[in-house]
Amino acid sequence: MDKKIKVLIAKPGLDGHDRGAKVIARGLKEAGMEVVYTGLRQTPEQIVRSAVQEDVDVIGLSILSGAHTHLFPEIMKRLEESDREDIKVIAGGIIPEGDHKELKELGIEAVFQPGTPISEIVEFIEKEVK
Amino acid sequence: MTNDIEKLYAEIQKGNENIIAQAISMVEDGTKNGLKLMKKIYKNVEPAYMVGISGPPGSGKSTLTQRIVQLWRKQNKKVGIIAIDPTSHFSGGALLGDRVRMNEISTDPNVFIRSMATRGSLGGLNSSIYDTVLIFSLAGFDYIIIETVGVGQNEIDIVKLADTTVFVTVPEAGDEIQAYKAGLMEVGDIFVVNKSDRPNSQQMVLTIEQLVSFKDEDKEWKPPVISTNALKNKGISDIKDWITKHHDYLLDNKLLKENRKQVIKAQMINLMEKTLNEKYIKPILEDEKFPEHIEQIYDKKKDPYSTVEELMPFD
Ligand SMILES: Nc1nc2c(ncn2[C@@H]2O[C@H](COP(=O)(O)OP(=O)(O)OP(=O)(O)O)[C@@H](O)[C@H]2O)c(=O)[nH]1
Ligand SMILES: [Mg+2]
Repeated sequence: MDKKIKVLIAKPGLDGHDRGAKVIARGLKEAGMEVVYTGLRQTPEQIVRSAVQEDVDVIGLSILSGAHTHLFPEIMKRLEESDREDIKVIAGGIIPEGDHKELKELGIEAVFQPGTPISEIVEFIEKEVK
Repeated sequence: MTNDIEKLYAEIQKGNENIIAQAISMVEDGTKNGLKLMKKIYKNVEPAYMVGISGPPGSGKSTLTQRIVQLWRKQNKKVGIIAIDPTSHFSGGALLGDRVRMNEISTDPNVFIRSMATRGSLGGLNSSIYDTVLIFSLAGFDYIIIETVGVGQNEIDIVKLADTTVFVTVPEAGDEIQAYKAGLMEVGDIFVVNKSDRPNSQQMVLTIEQLVSFKDEDKEWKPPVISTNALKNKGISDIKDWITKHHDYLLDNKLLKENRKQVIKAQMINLMEKTLNEKYIKPILEDEKFPEHIEQIYDKKKDPYSTVEELMPFD
């Protein structure tokens, strides 16, 4: 059996829509990845524990509520405390351009704007995980 | 770390979550070290009690799993969950969505949830499911729940692994039940009609009770049919109690041992098929001469029977 890329698609924050996250999840599945989806309103603790137990290669954070500036640092901190800072983190949703630099400094590998073609995200993940 | 088998084994035994998770991946990916680890585990570990939760898509398996786990947690039992979803034949990918209904237990330190794709095993079940059961058992879990979407043969094979199988259906599943009754009635030890808040649920309970009464009259175990509402937490303790009763029944009748030997047999068949595929069939398929055989058969210069006899001379 060969190795499959495993991705956690997680929605931190309180916003109540996950259509975008589900589209990404389905797209990654169709690209041959194993995608764990955990649903709405995930706390940083839930996200990191799921990532650890599932042993994912990548966490994709989808956020619309603008709460990324305090949730993302918490997620990165918990990943480090769990000794899993090797898991790559990417983000998407509504994140103002002005915040991208700060998120990259936090260790988030990429921030995708709404409307990014799935193929671009797939390509990025495949390159990162290799 | 992952090269030192003794260390891996010890860390799993201590309950180190990173290592448990990575050991499962090693087994799923079929790595050499995963294999070495399993060789040691098989000779040292007694499997924990396995409960299968199966049934049609969306019947409430994950929601019920969460509720049952919450009751076991009150008794201080540690629970491992293996939530299985099908691999897409087209892409090889999978969408593993069972965690969505398990958020209330997802941060409990004594619950470990692992989602798993069926991956393309040749037929029969993916051997890493039982390997994961053993890894969880080494980590000290008391119960292991295996959730599968159950309709096809493949799922029935997964269900056969479990010591107790809970088959979950819903009031509106009448036609499905009729269609699958032969296979499903064979593997259910406990039947649940979930979503009792929906119309006709009592009707469904009666239908299943009737189907169940026809099965194996000589068997001592009469599968109960339980009505539940997973959202309102109704009927869940009945499921839990019946699992315990079924466990006692298996123990009293020395059937637990039998089931586990069956599992070992299935695991053996699985590994033999995998070996056959990898060591014999794959090299033949990948051989550059293989397309020639097809051409010759197409041109009626050869037949497939003689060709396979020639390619796989097994007598
Ligand atoms: N009305 C009602 N809805 C329920 C009940 N139990 C679960 N549900 C809902 O049914 C839907 C499916 O529940 P799940 O627990 O995900 O079902 P499942 O069988 O695990 O689904 P798959 O794993 O996708 O096959 C969810 O929207 C649940 O909230 C119930 O007793 N009554
Ligand atoms: Mg489910």
